Amino acid sequence: MTARIAVLALLGALVLMPYLWMVAASLKPVSEIFRASLSLWPEHFAAAENYGKVLARVPVLHYLWNGVVVCGGILVFQLLFAVPAGYALAKLRFPGRGLAFGAVMLGLLVPPHVPALPLYVAASGLGLLDSYTALIAPFTISVFAIFLFRQFFGALPDDLLHAARLDGMGEWSIVWRVVLPNAWPAATAFAIFSVVSHWNDLFWPLIVVQGHAHATPALGVLYFRSEEAGDDFGAMMAAAVLMTLPLVLAFLLAQRRFVEGIATTGLKG
Amino acid sequence: MRQRSQLAGEAIAGALMTLPAGIAYLLLLLLPTLATVLLAFSDYELGAPVLGWIGLDNFREMLADRGFGVSVRNTLIYVGLVTPASILGGLGLALLVEAGARGRALFRAVFFLPVVSLTVAMAAAWQYLLHPTIGPVNAALRAMGLGTPFWLSSSDTVLLSLAAIGTWESIGFNMVLFMAGLTAIPRELYAAAQVDGARSAFDRFRLVTWPLLGPTTLFVLTISMIRSLRVFDTVAVLTQGGPNKASEVLLFTMYQQGFTYLRLGYSAAITLVFLAVVLALMWVQTRVLDRRVHYA
Repeated sequence: MTARIAVLALLGALVLMPYLWMVAASLKPVSEIFRASLSLWPEHFAAAENYGKVLARVPVLHYLWNGVVVCGGILVFQLLFAVPAGYALAKLRFPGRGLAFGAVMLGLLVPPHVPALPLYVAASGLGLLDSYTALIAPFTISVFAIFLFRQFFGALPDDLLHAARLDGMGEWSIVWRVVLPNAWPAATAFAIFSVVSHWNDLFWPLIVVQGHAHATPALGVLYFRSEEAGDDFGAMMAAAVLMTLPLVLAFLLAQRRFVEGIATTGLKG
Repeated sequence: MRQRSQLAGEAIAGALMTLPAGIAYLLLLLLPTLATVLLAFSDYELGAPVLGWIGLDNFREMLADRGFGVSVRNTLIYVGLVTPASILGGLGLALLVEAGARGRALFRAVFFLPVVSLTVAMAAAWQYLLHPTIGPVNAALRAMGLGTPFWLSSSDTVLLSLAAIGTWESIGFNMVLFMAGLTAIPRELYAAAQVDGARSAFDRFRLVTWPLLGPTTLFVLTISMIRSLRVFDTVAVLTQGGPNKASEVLLFTMYQQGFTYLRLGYSAAITLVFLAVVLALMWVQTRVLDRRVHYA
């Protein structure tokens, strides 16, 4: 049993190497980094210098705020569209239901890179490039969310809905006040999946954003690297630490939910 | 009468509730996807006043283009390196973590950490780690008296380095999927196998775990292939396809053609190739899943 812990600890240390060196370098002065010593612990601390440089040169807080706005906006719209649709597909009989479900299954086959070119042309034609709208709009429809909610709502007992209808509730209030509160596990799993994938996305922001105003954290790291850092690895690592920290902290606080959320939604790929 | 009005009400509510999603689906997914298919058969360039239909010319150009061939080859090598490494690694870690109760949550969190970390930032960390002169990896190799490769800046090692980063990124993801599969295996089967003479841990793995994990493994295999096929971030941040196209991969070529050179028609054709490969992988997965015997 102790052999198991020893092997796991060794492999764990190996996986954590990039984090350890990233944090260590963010605390070291440039001269020390260039000596390429194998000591993780800095001889002289240059944390204030490195982090100060990042905070002074690029709007770190603004990038993080953009990340919050974009991820939050995407998630709110995804839920607004997907929750009622998932409920209707699971529990209501209406003409075109088969067609709608077929469309969902078809949509699941298409990776997000496929509609990117025409969406870019459309955004550019509408003068929407470099805006929150361009960053959020393409992802507001998640067929995966509709699919997930349909599966989850299907398992809710019909009696629950009948009781609500007998109480005089309309279908819309049933969705938001009865069905959704009973579907928190699916909703949190999806929320985590959505935020993690869009916080980390580089492809689409790289296409539609120019300049700092609407840059997401991923773009922020890229900008800082190409414009400011050069060979200044200390400052570069400080920027990387600052941008990585929020999501990693959230993960450490709720790691069970994160792992379950990504494992249950893993099928999206 | 009441019954009928209730049915009508249900039909209206159902239609209204799918309508917003339906419109968004049409505008943001279905029509753009169809437009990509059409673009692939045109010579459209952004800003061009007109577009001409050129049939299969884009695909012909692709076949003749040495750069595209290199890109496909690199993508296949990358997928071929990352998929087995991250599956075997993920399975090994899952078995190891699940083998005991102590430290299970801690190690699961440690191995999963790269999945939730900002890829671009971690790519920057890897760039420092693998830096030819000041990077800790080469410093360690030097200390041991070994050679110090130019990991990301030599065409011999660049794909290997990117694949190592890709494996590091997805191994925890696969581990979690395998852990879910492992917990679904009934405990009694291991006891039964032991009674039947499966004495060693390896025998129990061979006779119980591996066959029962079959559907999970197939699922992880296709997901890993599709995920690694989508490699973009690390290439865009670290190598830009270089040196000398040695790390040019499918989505990066598509990105460059479409958004750097603004050759949207050609880029759309590359997108279709990408889509075709993804669909083929999904098709194989459902075919094999339908056919194979389900144990659990």
